Parts: sequence; C-alpha cells; structure tokens
Amino acid sequence: MKHMTGLLFFLALLWWVLSGYTKPLLISLGIVSVLFVAFVAHRMDVVDEESHPLHLSLKLIRYWLYLLGQIVISNVKMVLIILSPRPDINPRIITVRTAQRSELGKVVLGNSVTLTPGTVTLQVEGDMIEVHALNDDSAKDVEQGTFDQRVPASIEEKS
Amino acid sequence: MDILQILSAVLLGLGAILGVVGAIGILRFPDFYTRMHASGITDTLCTGFFIGGLMLQFGMTLASVKLLLIFMFMLFTCPTATHALAKAARHGKLKPWTRADADAGLSNEGRVS
Repeated sequence: MKHMTGLLFFLALLWWVLSGYTKPLLISLGIVSVLFVAFVAHRMDVVDEESHPLHLSLKLIRYWLYLLGQIVISNVKMVLIILSPRPDINPRIITVRTAQRSELGKVVLGNSVTLTPGTVTLQVEGDMIEVHALNDDSAKDVEQGTFDQRVPASIEEKS
Repeated sequence: MDILQILSAVLLGLGAILGVVGAIGILRFPDFYTRMHASGITDTLCTGFFIGGLMLQFGMTLASVKLLLIFMFMLFTCPTATHALAKAARHGKLKPWTRADADAGLSNEGRVS
C-alpha cells in the first residue's frame, strides 16, 4: 500500500512537471491517466521495494552527491590523460569481490563504476564483478572498493 | 549581461570543450574498450555542464525541472548503454589492448581472438 501511494504521488508530480497545465479539464484527464498507469503497474505486479526503494530515498540522495563528486574527480583525471602528449594508459581487466548481497545493490555498484570515466563494468556474476580499468590509478580505485562501502547498506533490507 | 548569463556561458563553454576532449580521446585511444572510457566524459560531465548552463538560462521554471529530469535519466541510461556495449564486445571475444602487447610490437586493434 505504501508503495502504491508513493507511485501515485510520483506519477502525479511527474505528470504535472512535464505538462505544466492548470486547467481543471486537463488535470482531470491527467488524474485518469495516472490512475490507469498505476492500475497497469499493479496488474504487472511491479510495485514493490525494488522499483520504489522508498526506505532509502534520503540515503540515496547522499550517495548521489558523493557519486557526483567522484564523477567530477575522475573526469578531470581523464581529461588530463587524454590531453597529455604520451597518455598514461595501461588497461587491464580486474575482478573484484563485492560486498553487495542484493540485486539492486549490485546494479547500483555496477552503474556507479561505469559512470565514473576510467572504469567500465563488463560483467556481474555472483558476487564478483569484472571491471575494465584504463590505468593503474583507476584500477586501484575499484580494488579498494570505496564505492562498494558507500552504497547505502539499507539497500539490502526488505521493507 | 548579468552574472547569471556569464555563468551560464561559462558552463556551456566548458561543456563544449569537454565534448571536444572526449572526441579527441576517442580518436587517440588504441582500442574499443579504452575508447569507451573517453566517451564516458561526454556522457557525464559534458552533459552535466550543458544542462547546468541551460538551467541557468531558464531560471526557476518548469523547464529547469525538466532539464534536471533529463540529466537524471542520462545518469541511469548512459552506464546501461555503455555496459551493454562492453558486454557485447566481450561476448564477441574482442581482445582488449594491453600495454604488454603494444610493447611487443603487436597491434591488435579490433582483432578477434
């Protein structure tokens, strides 16, 4: 029920933000479409804690801010590598064990690793992730598992 | 020209520069996998600067919120697309370029092992 309320709220907010209409007729049409989408989502049985991780909204925002900082840092490193006369690249494929237990945690970790330039997730299998790293520096970042520790731990919990 | 206009111009300029740098990286790097790292710049910070600059142009309006939503969607879809490409290359057995091979005089650009 909590997830359904959240879904309705987000859909209504999204509808209004994307349309910006204030006329009663259009708003009532919007309400009808929001209810229809919620009904379809309910029939598809996709309204659960995986699609709507409400319980970690705040922690997720803090993680995003940290991630944005990391993205900026590794972008600057990448720009320096690209523009240097002899690029310091030594690509290798490394395999690291992740502390994430849940599927969602692994997806968040894999996407974070891919988002930071210099590392790309190639494969996630079991609790091992395979990463292509551009040079020693970026490989070290993944091996130390800083992202792994930063992914909100409560992503594991089922609400 | 007020301060917001100048700031917006600076952000848009930085975004354009980063786009060019990403393109240079794609041209300079030796193989498919390393080029993906270069394209990561255009996926993330370049887009971020563009969206930020445009948001300053629009100010506190619904258009800005839409731009922010676009940025968030980019942050979800770009790594997924990159991962799909990388995995496809891996399944196609495209051999990654390594420093050791290059030193041994082997150019394995695009070679399928």
